[in-house]
Amino acid sequence: MTQSIIVQVGQCGNQVGCRFWDLALREHAHINTKGVYDEALSSFFRNAVLIDMEEGVVNEILQGPLRDVFDSTQLVTDVSGSGNNWAVGHKVYGPACRDHVVEKVRRAAEHCDSLQCFFLIHSMGGGTGSGLGTHVLSLLEDEFPEVCRIVTSVYPSAEDDVITSPYNSVLAMRELTEHADCVLPVENQSLVDIINKIQQMAHSGKPSQVIRKESTLISGRGGVGGTEKPFDAMNNIIANLLLNLTSSARFEGSLNMDLNEIAMNLVPFPRLHYLVSSLTPLYTLADVNIPVRRLDQMFTDAFSKDHQLIQADPKHSLYLACALVVRGNVQVSDLRRNIERLKPSLSFVSWNQEGWKTSLCSVPPVGHSHSLLALANNTCVKPTFTELRDRFMKLYRKKAHLHHYLHVGGMEHACFSEAVTSLSSLIEEYDQLESTKSLLWSDAPRLQVAT
Amino acid sequence: MSIVTVQLGQCGNQVGQELFSVLISDSLEAQRQCRGEPGRAYRDCSLERFFREHNEASYARAVLVDMEPKVITHAVATAAKSSTWKYEDGSYFCQKQGSGNNWANGFCVHGPRHEEAVSDLIRRQVERCDRLAGILTMMSVAGGTGSGMGTYITQCLRDSYPHSFILNQLTWPYGTGEVIVQNYNSVLTLSHLYQWSDAILVHENDTVHKICAKLMNIKHISFCDVNKIIAHQLGSMLQPADTVGTLGHYTRNPVGELLKNLVCHSEYKLLSLSTIPQMSSSSLAYSSFTWPGLLKHLRQMLVANARMEEGIDWQVRVPLNGQPALERMAEKTKQGFNKSLANVLILRGKDVSGADPEAFLHPGLYSSWLPAGTAFSTWRSPVPFNGYEKSATLVSNSQSLLKPLDNIVGKAWNMFASKAYVHQYTKFGISEEDFLDSFTALEQVISSYRHL
Repeated sequence: MTQSIIVQVGQCGNQVGCRFWDLALREHAHINTKGVYDEALSSFFRNAVLIDMEEGVVNEILQGPLRDVFDSTQLVTDVSGSGNNWAVGHKVYGPACRDHVVEKVRRAAEHCDSLQCFFLIHSMGGGTGSGLGTHVLSLLEDEFPEVCRIVTSVYPSAEDDVITSPYNSVLAMRELTEHADCVLPVENQSLVDIINKIQQMAHSGKPSQVIRKESTLISGRGGVGGTEKPFDAMNNIIANLLLNLTSSARFEGSLNMDLNEIAMNLVPFPRLHYLVSSLTPLYTLADVNIPVRRLDQMFTDAFSKDHQLIQADPKHSLYLACALVVRGNVQVSDLRRNIERLKPSLSFVSWNQEGWKTSLCSVPPVGHSHSLLALANNTCVKPTFTELRDRFMKLYRKKAHLHHYLHVGGMEHACFSEAVTSLSSLIEEYDQLESTKSLLWSDAPRLQVAT
Repeated sequence: MSIVTVQLGQCGNQVGQELFSVLISDSLEAQRQCRGEPGRAYRDCSLERFFREHNEASYARAVLVDMEPKVITHAVATAAKSSTWKYEDGSYFCQKQGSGNNWANGFCVHGPRHEEAVSDLIRRQVERCDRLAGILTMMSVAGGTGSGMGTYITQCLRDSYPHSFILNQLTWPYGTGEVIVQNYNSVLTLSHLYQWSDAILVHENDTVHKICAKLMNIKHISFCDVNKIIAHQLGSMLQPADTVGTLGHYTRNPVGELLKNLVCHSEYKLLSLSTIPQMSSSSLAYSSFTWPGLLKHLRQMLVANARMEEGIDWQVRVPLNGQPALERMAEKTKQGFNKSLANVLILRGKDVSGADPEAFLHPGLYSSWLPAGTAFSTWRSPVPFNGYEKSATLVSNSQSLLKPLDNIVGKAWNMFASKAYVHQYTKFGISEEDFLDSFTALEQVISSYRHL
């Protein structure tokens, strides 16, 4: 059994991380009552490192119902926070608590029989998650170069309440492009839309559409935590994303997929590692009979823009690669049938016409009979990044708030210009690939051999 | 003589476990199916070949290798549950870290790192055989462990057992993708295996899937169903048969005979399997077969390159001899005719001595540089196999794998031309040069088969 270490940085990172552990325990408790899989419980989840530069969030965790899951050897905290300033997080706190972080991570790594992957959870808009989080990322690359780094980043929406969030995000993006193996971007706006959809369903009142409350993607019911707090619903979605991603590594199935296989199959070029994710189903209807049509509906939904975790529409852009992580009682024939069905409506890059990575895990999530997580390496991330860059430029042109950053030792104008250049070239690479979409591609001429 | 099986990766272990299930149930049934000496001899020969009897239990002569534990655990448990056979304790090697679908990781990292441990296990199994008939490796080409590490292990086996026969059973993935880099992994595996393996026996998931759908009438096909078909086909090839014509005396050297008949030239090592009939057990009860009928269908399956007995194109004919070489070739490819280098026909069941395979000796079926008499052999066994009263298996070294191979190389080449995913391989030690070498080697194989 391979293990992963979850590194949660900043307020957002720690709150999402908390939800993740809560739901994970719920999932394993559910499986365990059936007495089937014992080893998965202990081995996978021992490993977390919690980092925050102010104590509020972490203290809450330690006093809450999850206090038995974590202990002080896994924490790195400080008192004053990063003031929503990437530079403070990256250039000040980064070096200051570097040794501390390395020590905690090493200790967690030693607990592992076989460490496969680091999951980093953070937000891009703030100071700690964004600045210190990306510093920790490059630190992990230095200290553990062979271990895969998968980052879940929460991107700020256009109406984010932190004014300098574009600066923080673009500065952090450069680090992600250089040092992460895979990034799963998530946008708050998409999460809100999904929640609205679920709540609309829940309150629609039609008798045939009664949904099982604990089965929704946003429900934390049955978990260790007690009452639900404000961002909980949104964080549950991200937590479910991580649970489904790791399901094949934790449970058995007829076609397993480990985490390093995700990076291998979905990242054709080193810098283009931003994956758009979508989760279905959002809820289970109380009616237990699941006709085959529902199964197919699940596949169709995964490609609709309402289910994506960022504001993007992969169906109308170019796919570089796509992974389908299926859980539950689904057979390979169902999978293939649906791929055949959906393929004509999707455009794949010319050299990867059958760019599908599939995985079947036999254990479904709690409250569902089956579920699907789709990860796409798709050029539809381009608009998201372009908008981010535009918001950045709006501030940067006016030199607004720059002095807060430049005050910090080690920060110069060059950091900003390099960061935006990196983002621009990333957008350019996606653009180039997208332009091949409508071209008629002929096969590359084959090698000739003497007959 | 005994065969040692090495099961590599998820696919290899899953199929391997099904194979041993089929073998033991068939062996134990043999006496009931065929009374007297032939049945008893069959059972003894088969058990000796694949199992080791110890303390009243049958232990498979197998080594299980995987880079993560789940599949092996499941295979061992399933075997133990059957109460007729099990895997030996300590015959498996397992790590915690997978290979990430990366051939380079399997071949350059895991292979050398675990070479000693795995070789040890294999050697122990080999030493337990009175005489080694050969080593069968089972793996897929799409993933990282089976393909990459499996290739490395094959190289080690070739070094350690230079005089033994090594037969690689490969499973090719669905064309529409199970793993995105499957074509790279396939190209690297095949090009390297060609140097060290004696013969490469191929099963394609697409083909077996069609058999499940059309012939077995399975509505929701799972990998388990696919694996059972592959196991059935392999079993029908590997179970005891008589190669010389004296029924009841089963050859002691099955792998050697197979290779002698089929692989006469090192450039042509790709083998494919067809069995007839294949149907669900419920339909079987209502069907009866005659040898002429079965053989006629099987022959046309060979000629028209159909992999199952439904949907055969009866329009494709064997070309007439005596036409100038170049013209002959063009006509053939237009017609879809499948030329063979060599074939082995294995007949099992009732009245098998009465079956007449004369039609398979037509010289037009074969390439010009081997006489039909040498290119074709028939093996027989009076014992019905796996519930089929009569069954015929054709092990063929022919052009049937040409098109799938060409497709795989074509797709991989397109991807390589864009340099996609190449960085994932270079970081473990497979360079662009290595890729080019592999492509060249396979283009050579394709060309050889095309001009057969």
